[in-house]
Amino acid sequence: MSAPVDNNLRPRTPLGMVMWIGIAVLGAGAVGGIALARGETINSLWFIVAAVCVYAIGYRFYSAFLAARVLVLDPTRATPAERHDDGRDFVPTNKWIVFGHHFAAIAGPGPLIGPTLAAQFGYLPGTLWILVGAVLGGCVQDFAILFFSTRRDARSLGQMARDELGPVGGVAALLGVMTIMIILIAVLGLVVVNAMKHSPWATSTVAATIPIAILVGLYMRTLRPGRVLEGSLIGVALLLFAVWGGGWVDHQPGLRGWFDHEAPDLALLVIGYGFAAAVLPVWLLLAPRDYLSTFMKLGTVISLAVAIVILRPDIRMPALTQFIDGSGPIFGGKLFPFVFITIACGAISGFHSLIASGTTPKLLSNERDMRMIGYGGMMMESFVAIMAMVAATVLDPGVYFAINSPAGIVGAEPAAAVATISGWGFPVGAAQMQELARTMGEATLFARTGGAPSLAVGMASIFSSAFGAGLLAVWYHFAIMFEALFILTTLDAGTRVARFMLQDMLGNLVPALGRTSWTPGVLLTSAAVVAAWGYFLYMGTIDPLGGINSLWPLFGISNQMLAAIALCVATAILMKCGRARYAPVTALPLAWLVTITSAAAWEKLFSPELRVGFLAHASDLSAKLAGSMIDPEKIAQTRQLVFNDHLNAALTLTFLVITWVLVLDTLRVSWRAFTGHVHPPLSESPHIPTRLVEDWVRD
Amino acid sequence: MRGRRLQRLWRALRSLTGDDAYERYLAHWRAHHAGEGAPLDRKAFFRAEEERKWNGIKRCC
Repeated sequence: MSAPVDNNLRPRTPLGMVMWIGIAVLGAGAVGGIALARGETINSLWFIVAAVCVYAIGYRFYSAFLAARVLVLDPTRATPAERHDDGRDFVPTNKWIVFGHHFAAIAGPGPLIGPTLAAQFGYLPGTLWILVGAVLGGCVQDFAILFFSTRRDARSLGQMARDELGPVGGVAALLGVMTIMIILIAVLGLVVVNAMKHSPWATSTVAATIPIAILVGLYMRTLRPGRVLEGSLIGVALLLFAVWGGGWVDHQPGLRGWFDHEAPDLALLVIGYGFAAAVLPVWLLLAPRDYLSTFMKLGTVISLAVAIVILRPDIRMPALTQFIDGSGPIFGGKLFPFVFITIACGAISGFHSLIASGTTPKLLSNERDMRMIGYGGMMMESFVAIMAMVAATVLDPGVYFAINSPAGIVGAEPAAAVATISGWGFPVGAAQMQELARTMGEATLFARTGGAPSLAVGMASIFSSAFGAGLLAVWYHFAIMFEALFILTTLDAGTRVARFMLQDMLGNLVPALGRTSWTPGVLLTSAAVVAAWGYFLYMGTIDPLGGINSLWPLFGISNQMLAAIALCVATAILMKCGRARYAPVTALPLAWLVTITSAAAWEKLFSPELRVGFLAHASDLSAKLAGSMIDPEKIAQTRQLVFNDHLNAALTLTFLVITWVLVLDTLRVSWRAFTGHVHPPLSESPHIPTRLVEDWVRD
Repeated sequence: MRGRRLQRLWRALRSLTGDDAYERYLAHWRAHHAGEGAPLDRKAFFRAEEERKWNGIKRCC
């Protein structure tokens, strides 16, 4: 009964044909230009042109094919928003508004940090993976999951896995979501801590965001209930003031000591904050912080795009660096598979499937809007990743490596660090770094790992050239505040979600713990969640190799594992509903993800390279402990590092096992469906014709 | 003409930020639940709304 829609797979007019051939030629020229350029520099405009052409072609043709042939969108069918319209959860909403909500929900700090770290391989591998991964993988995943969830009354990914694959799939998905949450929060916390380390300006500005959020929360709760725009505007103005105020604090000898801390102390502060945020009512901190961070995020991303287009800065990083051999200072590991793990968000991010099967399908008023929201939303996020890549690679490579390399690799003293980095062929001077730190209003920029400071330096130089020079330090701290703001939002929101999930699980054993209104239960489960990510965060700050080296790959593997789970569900559904011939659309990205996650997990477990293999690192440290080669005062810490390596290895193994269990289960169900054996039936809701179409003014 | 466009932009902005959530709730209430007592007032609506909104995965990496 389903009516074919949008059957415009080919351009309809000769003019259209010519235009699309033109876009294809331009895009191919730009991608080829970036890939083959071997000069000193290349203009960033090429990146923008390449990205826009690739996205345009992907959207125009591939997403049309997905919509018409693979998923078969049906605009005559009522969506869950129409059928269950309750004015709150389920509300048929204009497609641009849904697009805005969906994009604000999926775009977090991930696409900014991943490309910044992956730039150690040169600009080329990351850029190609962002473009190809998004168009053929990430966008397809988001689109397909949004579609399947909408056809199933907006059910979540975990529920769909249980319904379509069976109980094993359901449990694996639940475990996957829980662990990814813990690792994600830990690594994001580490990024913020590294940005605030010994920086009174950054620390005081980030600290100021807490009372500002509370003020806005009180305003929207009691003074002017629900006036979101007013409250947010006041908050944004206060945040900008806080950026300036941080500079003032930095110049007050009496005050700056309050905000000048070592990384482990800052980690403890972030952990304490995380616990407070998780148990405080949402209206006081989380909700207002989220409004502010959404405003900031959209504003900054749009300004960055405008600034890059106006300024068209030159890219100074080479296309490829020698670190593709695995010896990179920022994280250890070869180009394959680690570039694909480091850049998850921006190319394909499993986390999106939780949003695409969560709030978004409850708002869609018509199935045909999904193409723009699902496929187009991810394209936008991918574009954010491209801009982050540009911001990281416009820096002098020497400066980039000086900021991002941990002291354990290049040396703690500036002279040693610049000597090591210049020795790699990326000349940089101690005086140059000192001058850069001074103009950015920081004491030092050496070994500020995590990606945030180098992104902030890149953004500050772009912003100050485009929108007013001389304010480098202010722009730098604005960028830090902006990143910290939405990292802390993710931290609050993630802790809360993980707590709900833990309460849900424990509620099966001890019913009282499952009640969200029982305070001791709330405190206990919140503490458990915060302790879990807090442990990894704290270990990250005392790790001499820089915690990013072990935590970011773990995050990447877990995020790609979640994407693999989502694609397993999508592939199984395609097989079961008799579209086996289109199954490669999700099965091929799935095969690629399984390849890279397995390869990366294997390397992280068994590589003999000390900075790659967790087990090799653990046995190296154990041997040193046994041979009394460790400073007596560092023995306890070293024992802890050994334990941590084993824990990381166990987590990696868990990810590997979950991925393969899911894949084998998908193969089993697909095979049974293909050969006509008994399998879990499709759980699609019945077709009910929409009644919205007539009275809706559509585009 | 420009006035209408500005108005549409303003409406879109309010809708995108959730500034008009209460108005939308009232409209829905009048259409579907008009016979059932009184609607929530602005303050009570926002209290319930914020609890509901943060009861699931709403933000990503």
